[in-house]
Order: sequence, then structure tokens, then C-alpha cells
Amino acid sequence: MNIKSKAKKSIPTSRQRELPGQDLKWIGKNMKRVEDPRLLVGEGEYADDIALANMLHAAVLGSPYAHAKIISIDVSKALALPGVHAVMTGEDVAKVTGVLPCFGSPPVEQRCVALGKVRHVGEPVAIVAADSRYIAEDAVGLIEVEYEPLPVVADLREAVHAKGDAVLHPERGDNNIALQRNFKFGEVDEDFANARKVIKRTLRWPRSGAQPLETCGAVADYNRGSGKFTVHANTSMYNYVGWLWAVSLNVPAHKLNIVPTMAGGSFGSKLFLHKVPIIAATLARATGRPVKYLEDRLENLSSCDHHGSDRYYECELALDADNNMTALKCDVIDDYGAYFQFGIGHHGNALSQITGPYKIRSVEANITAVLTNKCQQGAYRGFGSEVSNFVLERMVDAACDELDLDRVEFRRQNFIKKSEFPYFIPTGNLYDSGDYEAVIDKASQMLDLPGWRKKQAEARKEGRYIGIGLATCQERSVFSSTEFWSLNNVPGFTLTSSAEGVAVKIDALGKAVVKLQAPFWGNSPETMAAQILAEQLQLEPSDISVVYSDTDSGLSGTGPGGSRYTVMIAGALVGASKIIRDKMFLLAAHLLQSTPDKMELRDGQVMIKDTDQGMAIADIAMQAHFFRLSFPDEPEYDTGLDASYTYDHPLTTLPNDDRTDLGIFYPIMGHMCHMPVIEVDIETGRVTFLDYVAVHDCGTVVNPMTLAGHVRGGTAQGIGTTLYEQYDYDEEGQLRTGSYSEYLMPKAMEVPHDVRVGHVETPSPFTEYGIKGGGEGGRMGTPPALAGAIEDALRPLGVKIDALPVTPSRLRGLIREAQGVITRSVPGSRVP
Amino acid sequence: MKTSVELTINGKTYQGDVEPRTLLSDFLRHHAGLKGTHVGCEHGVCGACTVIIDGKTARSCLAFAIQCEGHPIETVESLGTQDDLSPLQQGFWEKHGLQCGYCTSGMLMLATELLRENPTPTRDEIREAISGNLCRCTGYQTIIDSIEHAVTIQAGTAREAAE
Repeated sequence: MNIKSKAKKSIPTSRQRELPGQDLKWIGKNMKRVEDPRLLVGEGEYADDIALANMLHAAVLGSPYAHAKIISIDVSKALALPGVHAVMTGEDVAKVTGVLPCFGSPPVEQRCVALGKVRHVGEPVAIVAADSRYIAEDAVGLIEVEYEPLPVVADLREAVHAKGDAVLHPERGDNNIALQRNFKFGEVDEDFANARKVIKRTLRWPRSGAQPLETCGAVADYNRGSGKFTVHANTSMYNYVGWLWAVSLNVPAHKLNIVPTMAGGSFGSKLFLHKVPIIAATLARATGRPVKYLEDRLENLSSCDHHGSDRYYECELALDADNNMTALKCDVIDDYGAYFQFGIGHHGNALSQITGPYKIRSVEANITAVLTNKCQQGAYRGFGSEVSNFVLERMVDAACDELDLDRVEFRRQNFIKKSEFPYFIPTGNLYDSGDYEAVIDKASQMLDLPGWRKKQAEARKEGRYIGIGLATCQERSVFSSTEFWSLNNVPGFTLTSSAEGVAVKIDALGKAVVKLQAPFWGNSPETMAAQILAEQLQLEPSDISVVYSDTDSGLSGTGPGGSRYTVMIAGALVGASKIIRDKMFLLAAHLLQSTPDKMELRDGQVMIKDTDQGMAIADIAMQAHFFRLSFPDEPEYDTGLDASYTYDHPLTTLPNDDRTDLGIFYPIMGHMCHMPVIEVDIETGRVTFLDYVAVHDCGTVVNPMTLAGHVRGGTAQGIGTTLYEQYDYDEEGQLRTGSYSEYLMPKAMEVPHDVRVGHVETPSPFTEYGIKGGGEGGRMGTPPALAGAIEDALRPLGVKIDALPVTPSRLRGLIREAQGVITRSVPGSRVP
Repeated sequence: MKTSVELTINGKTYQGDVEPRTLLSDFLRHHAGLKGTHVGCEHGVCGACTVIIDGKTARSCLAFAIQCEGHPIETVESLGTQDDLSPLQQGFWEKHGLQCGYCTSGMLMLATELLRENPTPTRDEIREAISGNLCRCTGYQTIIDSIEHAVTIQAGTAREAAE
């Protein structure tokens, strides 16, 4: 018996100041977004809207080969083209600009322009700056490159055995294994030895991507006088790790100012750009003029550095005699592509909720991250935990099928009960709170599950194939930075901070300016910050404006990602508001000849408790800014009314040394139940939605309207992942879905008419107001629910869904195979 | 080789000396300074760059500016202003018809065309009308809600005007 895992573990004390369940004026209400009016009239400032005087435009020559040595590059014709100001090869760039930031450890060397060798199709080989994008692209067409092709590694299982010339980064050893590690949490061998039943399944999750409609872009300026870069870019995390760009550019961090632009969608994929801004900055320094580089769509598809997870799983699930799930084993190979910017943080995500909402007591994870000749992985809504949700729920459905158990009742039986929180899962992560039965009950009721079961049975008699899916999944939120390194064999830079700062200023007229440390990237940061600050200081939201800091003026800020932003900004705003409130009370008490402890905020004024005496915030603000001599000569009365506050992660601990316990690193645990009802046309393989219910528990809801928007949007992306989308590389490493004509995404006809969204609110005991994250959930619940629905519809035929995407043609192939019409396995329809 | 191109956009004349290969989307954004039209895929699939040419919606990334001389163009800037949103813009605001805002201009132009031809469309007709454009944020449902709501707002405005 492992003593360590049985020892009672301590939970850090909660820092929650604002309790859940208060009577609130703004939080919890549907509020129209303050971002919208300017976006609706076309006045959002996206990357391509930045125009600096004398600006040049960049274009990039991408590699046509997946793996090749660069023998020679002749840029003379390109340089001779009128209007061209610079053409730089990898060798030219390497003289002035270093390698790109990599969080993997040991790092994998990546450069903004390939040096000596290309490792995936689309990788930059040369860059051009010219008077216009048109001329720059003409110049790209005049660059002559001689390549010597190398063996291509395009299959993740073959990648494990690659040697010699097929190795992408020989300096790391004679193989393409980026990282391989076995983790055991709890008594997994014992639990499997004692199992009554073991369910086995092989599952395949395909490479897809976020596809924000705006590509990645940057406008860089280099001031030769001061030696300082200014880079405008649609990236996040710039106030966290933006200084790493300065390292790449070989300048001190204070010689780089990063200015955020609005992002036309990200879904994770603009988490931390590196190639695009470094290309723009390198050309700006070379030419002495501002340079804009905006990826075109092909570049974004083939070289954006943010492809989603690409995994092959062999899984086993152990059950005891009472049909309790006891143990889970996952043997996974993950195809990371050619580089390793984020290391295997994606599997940290997965391990934060690997056992889902269930009381599974032991886990083995055998992770192999391989390098192949494809664009590298980055972040996409779920960051790898959406895959483990899919895998676990597929295993649960498989268990129900093999043991002939009801999919609802089996889940309910295995749920962690409401009274058992906070709950440590075997990996060491803590779930803060939850009420999973309430969620599944609400979803069943909203859907009218018995009613649909009846309709399904009737339809089946008519030869129609209706299916009802069910997924009960976790949505971990508020990551801690320990997950960046805790899975590494060599931990590397073992950072433990993932804070979020905010600066709040009350101007002399009593209006507020909030400065955030991360960009707008399609979420609602201005609306959310306005709602929370309005609640805290009893201001009108229309009296609050929200701006985005650059790095010169920025505080520590990790930005959106891992569904952390609302929780973290709420923490920062509560902290900043307290400082401002205390000062207002101090000033008002002096002016009203009272004491601060007798002050309270009431109806937007600072009042003496139990009296009708008080002052408007605007009057106090005017005094604070302009009437210093009205107050005592003590420092606490000094001029101004503002506060900066940096909120640290509310609940995190370190992993242990042997990684049998990963510590608390993703504890603010949301939950969801998705129930799609679909019909399969067995002649065409088309899946049509008849109904869709999604109930989420994200703790205290700040804005139900925008949260429902995230749920529906995420659901649409989950539908894409399940039915249509794939970065489809052939055996030569050529991307067969390199345009939107081939990379298919749901449009209005491919989504449910009405995704009916419900909320259950189980507040977190650790965050302000009990808020949990909720930005990724839709995509984290839809794939297993929809795969289960298709299986349910095709139950009479016995079709199993083990691999995504289940495109109409693949599904038709599976159906025909099941019918015995064809016997040969349909390409791509089975786990490869 | 540059040539003078003169376009009528939102009732106003814009002149630019541009290469004949200049796309309409680039002319709008970089020569006319009308940045409300967004470019998403540059190969005619996503529809973010949709504008109205001669009364019909079209992808501005698939047209040359020079082809559009003599053909009036309408962009998102022809709708309302921040202080006076058009019924469609108001509908999108109230029904959360946008998140990142990048596809929104194209969706608004599709809806503009729809409501001119069919002032009281059904939800199915709205869905059909927007089905050529991509939105990656909303899942489309609230875009349909927004356009439906705009019809109600427009009817209310018309009623007030009549009274």
C-alpha cells in the first residue's frame, strides 16, 4: 500500500474575499457587451488595421517539402525587383536573430526562418520586405532554392522508430521522441489485478485547429536611435513571457515594447505567437522601417505553430464486481509535429482531470510525444484535456455497452458525490467543488430524455436511425504554471507564478479606467471587467472604460488561456477595489468629520453608516486629485485615486519529486453534461441534429448571455472536430487540407438549430464570488457526446466510433462495412 | 504599372492609383481607409470580406478593384454609427450575434441583402442566407436570432414613424 497517497494531504487556505450567494446588481446579469458597438461599425482595431508611416510589407517563402536539406538559395532576382527592400534567408536571419522561445525541456531548436533544413511544409525559408504585399509576394516567387529531400516522417507510430536521416533534430539524439514518460498514480496494478472486467479500446483523435478568421499578424518598428523595438501583434501572454521575444531578438527586455491589437478570434491559437512577430521585427531592424507581416490563410493553416492535439490511444478501464470504475490505463502517442514550443503541457491538462467526474482511484499514463514533419502543436480550446474527455467518455460508453448498463445510471453511480468535495484525484490535482448529479438531472429534464427514448424507439420501427448521446465531462479551469514543467524528465525552468494584474484609476470626475494586461481575443474582457468593477465600487458600467496595457506599462499578467481569465481578473479587481474603497473611506471620513470604519458604499455614494450623510464618489475623486491641502499631511492622503493589484493563483501546490503526485495545478473544476439527439442518413452518412442540450456548471456565472455564447461556439467547434475537420497530411507530409475548400468547418447548416444551454451554479470556495472558468467547455463535451449519439443511432448495425472525424463519407463506409456491403476497411475510418 | 481607379463606395467617390491586380478588399481597406471589411481566407470561402456590389453580395477578395468602376459598392460603413446603430447592428448587439467581430461585417452585409429582398424572413430563410459565411465564435444561432430581432426592431421603428 502506498503510504504517501493515503496520507491526508493539506489544502491551502482559501483566499476568497467575496463570498458566493450575495445579492448582486451586475454580476450574474445578462449585459450587452461593451466591446460590440465599435466592432459592429467596423472600428475594431485588428492587426491588419495597424498602419505606421513608411511601413513595409513582408511575405514569406514557405517550404514545398516536408523534410529537406537546403542546399542553396539564390535571392538575387528577388532583391533586384523594384520596391524590394530586404530579402533574408535563414543564414542572414541567424546572424542577427536567435532561436524562438521554447517551453519544452530540453528545448527543441526552432527559428523564424529555417536554417539549413526544413522540417515541415510551409516552414519559412526566406522572408522579404517590400513596398507592398503584392511586390513582396512577387519577390518570393523569384527566390530560387535547391533542396535535397530527406525521408519524411508523417505517421506517429512510425515516428517512434525513426532513425538516421529521418530524425528531425539529430542534436537531441538519434530518434524522433521528444519526450517519453510513464506515470503511475495510486495502486493501478493492484486495481487491474482485482478487476472483474477490463474494457479495452483503441482510439484516435485527429489533428485539427482553431481557425480564427483573422490570421496571426504583427507590425514591428525598430528605432535605430534608441535601439528599441515596438511590436504590435495579436498575441496573448505578452505581459507574461513576451520578454522571450527580446531574447530571440538579442536585445534586453526593456528594449522591446509589445502593444496588443484586438484578435479576430484565437480559441487558444494566438496564445503566444513567436514566429510572426520575430519575422516582422527582424525585417524592421534590417530595413530601418516599420514592417507588417500578416500570415495569409495558407501560412496559417500550414505554419501557424498552433495545430491541435493529434493522438493515438490504447486504453484500459478496470471495473470491480459492483460496476464501479477503479482504474484507468492510457498508452498514448502524441504527434507534436516538427517543433515543441509548449512541451507536453497538453498532457498536464489531461492529467488534471483524467478521471473525469468519476471516483476512479488509480491511473497509469504512458506518454510518448513524437516529432514528425508537420506543423507543430500549440493551443486549441481544451489544450489536450478535450482529448482525454473524449477518451474517458468513449471508455465509459464502451463499458456500458459491454456490460449492458444504462449510460446515465452507470455514470451516476460512479460520480464523485457533492459531499465529497474538495476531492483529490489520483494524479494529485484537487477538484474544488461540484454537483454532478444536479447537472445530469437538469440536462435529462431539459432534453426530456424519456420522451426522446420513446421517439427513438418509434422511429427505429420506421427504419430511421435516431441516436441520443451523453457526455458528462470536466472543464478544468485556472491553470497553474507548474503544469508547464511537471511532466518533463528534465524540469527546466520551474516557474510557479501565473498571476493576473490589473490597474484601476478613478479620474477626477469619478469615472474609472481599468487596464488589463492581456488582449481582447474574441472573449468579453471589457464587459466582464466592467461588470465586476461596477459591482465592487457601485459604479455604472457605462462609467467604466477598459484598456489594454503594453509591456512598457504592464503588470504581471498571464492572460486568457485554460479558462482562467474571468476568475483571475475578478481576483485582481476585488483586490484593487479594496485599495480604492479604503482610500475613498479615508478621504470621505476626513471631510465628513467621521472615521473610515463608519463608512460604507451605498447606492453609489460613500455614506456614514446608519445616516443619510455622505459624499458622491465623483466628489471624493475631485478632492483626491486636486485638493491635497484639504487633508492631513500624511502619506495615506497623497494625491490620486488609483490602485494596481496583482492576483496570484488562488489554489496551487508543488508536485512531489518522483511525480507520483503532481500537486494542485488545475483545481477550479467546472463540469458539463451534453446531450445531442441526431439522426443518421445511412445512405449518405450525413448526421442531422434533432435537438441539443448542454448544461454547464461554471460556478457563479458573471454574464449568462456571453457564457452561453462560449458554450454554443465551442459546441460548433466540437461538431467540426467530430464530423468534419482535419489537418490531413499524406505520407509525404503534404497538407491535403491546405485551404478552406478542403479543411471543412461547420457553417450555419451543419449546426443544431437550437443548442439549449442550461446552467447549474456550484460556486468555488476558493475564487472571488465563486466564479469558475467556462471558455472552452463546449468543445470539451461535444466530441464524446456526438460520437456516442452516432453509435446509439447505429446500434442495430453495431457501428463503433473509435476515430474522428466521422465525415459523411467515412461514416457511410463504416455503415456499409457493418451491413456487409463492403468488407474492406474504409481508409481512415478505422484507427490507423 | 499603376492606373487610376475611381470607385463609388457608400455613395462617395474614392480615387486611387493602384496596380490593376489590386483586389477590391485591399482597395477598400488600404486605399479608401474603410477597414470595416475584413479579410479572412483570401480565397472566397469564409465570406468575412463580403460587401454589396450592384445590390448583390460578393466576396471582395475575389474581385479586382478596377472591375468595380461604375458599380456602386456598399460596405459595413454604410450602416449605422456607434451612436446610431442600424436595426441590424442593434439586433446583433442585443442578441449577442458576435464575439470576436471579425466575421460580423460580412454577416451584416448578407443580412442587409436578405432584408431588402425579403423583409420578413423565416429562421430557415435567414439560416440559408448566412450559410455561405463562416463564423468561428458563435455557432451561428445568435446570428440568426440577431437578424430575426432586427426585423422586429425595424418594424417598431417603421410603426413609430407612421404614428
